[in-house]
Amino acid sequence: MQDPMAAIRITFFQECDEQMTELTSGLTSMEAGTADHEVVNAVFRAVHSIKGGAGIFSLEQLVRFAHVFESSLDKVRSGELFVSPDILAVFFRAADTLEDIINAAKESKIIREDKVDEAIKSFDFIENNTKKINSDKEEVFINNKDNKIWKIKFTPYSSLYEKANESAFLLREINRLGDVDIDIDLSELPKFHDIDPESSYLSWTIILRSSCSKKDIFDIFEFVEDDCILEVNEENQKNFKPGTVITGDNGFKFEFFGVSEPEFNPDIEENNSAKDNINKNIQDEKSEEKHDNSSLLKNRLEQNDFVKQEETNKTEIIKPVGTVIRVDLDRVDRMINLVGELVINEAMLSQRVLEAGLNRDLGISEALEELEHLTREIQDSVMAIRAQPVRSVFQRMPRLVRELEAMTGKRVHLKTEGEGTEVDKTIIERLTDPITHMIRNAVDHGIEAPDERIAAGKPPEGTICLMAVHRSGRIVLEVTDDGAGINRAYVRQKAIDKGLISPDAQLTDEEVENLIFLPGFSTSEMISDISGRGVGMDVVRQSVQELGGRISILSSPGKGSKFTLSLPLTLAVLDGMVVSTHGHTLIIPLGAIIETLKPKSKDIFVLDKNLNMLSLRGGYVPIVDVAYTLGYSVHSIETSKGVALLVESESGARVVLLVDAIHGQRQVVIKSLESNYRAVPGISAATVMGDGRVALIVDVDFIVKNISCGINTVGVFEKTSGHSEKAA
Amino acid sequence: MTTVLIVDDSRAMRDMLQHSLALAGFFVLQAEDGLNGLEVLGTTKPDVIITDINMPNMDGFGFIEAVRRDEVCRATPVLVLTTEVDKEKKNRARAVGATGWIVKPFDPVKLVDAIRRVAI
Repeated sequence: MQDPMAAIRITFFQECDEQMTELTSGLTSMEAGTADHEVVNAVFRAVHSIKGGAGIFSLEQLVRFAHVFESSLDKVRSGELFVSPDILAVFFRAADTLEDIINAAKESKIIREDKVDEAIKSFDFIENNTKKINSDKEEVFINNKDNKIWKIKFTPYSSLYEKANESAFLLREINRLGDVDIDIDLSELPKFHDIDPESSYLSWTIILRSSCSKKDIFDIFEFVEDDCILEVNEENQKNFKPGTVITGDNGFKFEFFGVSEPEFNPDIEENNSAKDNINKNIQDEKSEEKHDNSSLLKNRLEQNDFVKQEETNKTEIIKPVGTVIRVDLDRVDRMINLVGELVINEAMLSQRVLEAGLNRDLGISEALEELEHLTREIQDSVMAIRAQPVRSVFQRMPRLVRELEAMTGKRVHLKTEGEGTEVDKTIIERLTDPITHMIRNAVDHGIEAPDERIAAGKPPEGTICLMAVHRSGRIVLEVTDDGAGINRAYVRQKAIDKGLISPDAQLTDEEVENLIFLPGFSTSEMISDISGRGVGMDVVRQSVQELGGRISILSSPGKGSKFTLSLPLTLAVLDGMVVSTHGHTLIIPLGAIIETLKPKSKDIFVLDKNLNMLSLRGGYVPIVDVAYTLGYSVHSIETSKGVALLVESESGARVVLLVDAIHGQRQVVIKSLESNYRAVPGISAATVMGDGRVALIVDVDFIVKNISCGINTVGVFEKTSGHSEKAA
Repeated sequence: MTTVLIVDDSRAMRDMLQHSLALAGFFVLQAEDGLNGLEVLGTTKPDVIITDINMPNMDGFGFIEAVRRDEVCRATPVLVLTTEVDKEKKNRARAVGATGWIVKPFDPVKLVDAIRRVAI
């Protein structure tokens, strides 16, 4: 059986993530001045819940920090503290630290204490007049070592019963402390017809023989101390030596142990100094209490038995139905797969009906249309389950910008738009890196230092706008900055120096800007601490293209630049071009296709025994016969007879794919080959066509890579006009 | 079997209580906030209610007040579960009719102790 605590721990960290999201979005709206009381409450609750959960798992560092954070937020909540921008900045940084601690705790680690201390210190400025947090620990009653006789007088008020307390339970609990004699005082009881059933008339006198402390007795009455008169007095003392056995009337029996270890659960609420105090108290207690907590121990043992015995009882669990349910991603994925099958089956059915040439009057085509409509709707709804707003990614960015500001000394304001734009979870998870990199790039290379900005007549604070929007079945992300823009002359020179373009290459401004995406363009000068980490824009482009996306840049010198990222909404379906070659149907991902063309024989040049080049608008692109490359045919088709598709790989290299025919464009459901068969070089996945046949999806990247080995990509890049945007 | 209703907005906390209480032989019901708690009370009558204070929609104070106003449930013991040791909250909870309280983090023994002091 899985350890239930481990499962709860996982839940806790999931919840921490949710609470962090709540916290940051709350703080953001406080910053924007749109926060009402409920937002402040939610922010408080977020930190409070994290602290509460952390207590369960004894994550002391987290508890300690969350406690300080929470106290400040509580002041805001109660109106004691006015939220100034300075204070918000402290809160934002605290949220960052909190996240760090949570992330460390996830891996059962802690972050450096000095970092926490520093973060806690930053709260000092909020709480200048902080009163010393006194230990809330109640007075520790120091016990004598031996059995005592306690006389307890207990007179409940009616308010005790109003709060649903019950004297009988309390008396029973006292009974558990030791040997008791209880006398009831009925003197106040009125005549029967005068009795008010909700009034309190009874009181009790209890003689308790126990080694318990006064505190143990008060603990029992803790809930009712304001709703009763309680007198506890020690009658007299008898000394018991360790080893003495006492037997009570009720069969209660215990032996005094020589030494027993007191149990101590440190109250995590305390701050450090308080804790030290308590620890000292405990030390005292330990020495004082060595002999007399045996009965407590006994009680605990009894209870453990009780717990164990009940453990075997089967318990049922009823969970309330909430408005949000959590579903295992696997289940959703399974459903998406099934719906994929449904779509394929529907297409097959349509095709069969068409082939059968059934009479139109039968109404079958209408019914089929309806079915098709429903199937699409189911598919969309299922995809919507897995769709998530990009908010989770966007929310990480303000922190990044704050860190970058601190590192560069630049001032940047981050604006986000369209956080609610939804995209498939599988895509979301892979969006963070490219966006992070684009923002790093914008702060590092785009936005100028404040004095430069002032000199250029701009406000000292730069603005970066991160925007998401749905556009024709894709999600488009834009990162716009109002910085210096791209220095085209510099980029061009760099590309020439790196041998990426020839010195006499004629490039449009746009083409020059897009040179930064070329592999090998990032130079050591470009790799600063911030945008660097050894990752160039080519890596960003590659990761975007792996998702079937495109990235491009548009820049205006002195005014800023705009990165545009366009991605499919899901990885479960793909827009593909259906082609056939040598009797096989293949799918070529639409994202990779730049254009289709019919090559003329005069444009084809034979370079090597198996390598033909196509002259395309003055440049040369290698021609790849798909059937030959995939091993369908040992002979190449006559180059001039086929249809050609100009494709671009993730690395930006281009080839012309030669096929027999193009059948049109359609959306296909992606079926993994790896999980059903095995990885096949040159094939990325498969799909099932309407006629029930399997069509393989061509891995354009693989083909380009294998063909273009040793081919200078310069020629490919340089002369073929058109860039990423063309296919988007 | 003694039935305990847990009202807490944190699933981790509910699961934790659920786990401890189920082991101790209690039958456990759950609710996510005060309003949800009242909904559950509309259909079942637990022997003990354990509620958090800071919750969305209806907080612990509002919930306790509502329970004490309810003809059927007003004698049901309500234990307040909170990390806050500060006296003011405790007093406020007591003022609106809380039967007792459990200070988080709790150990299962303390939890069962608190319940035994008010019910079973």
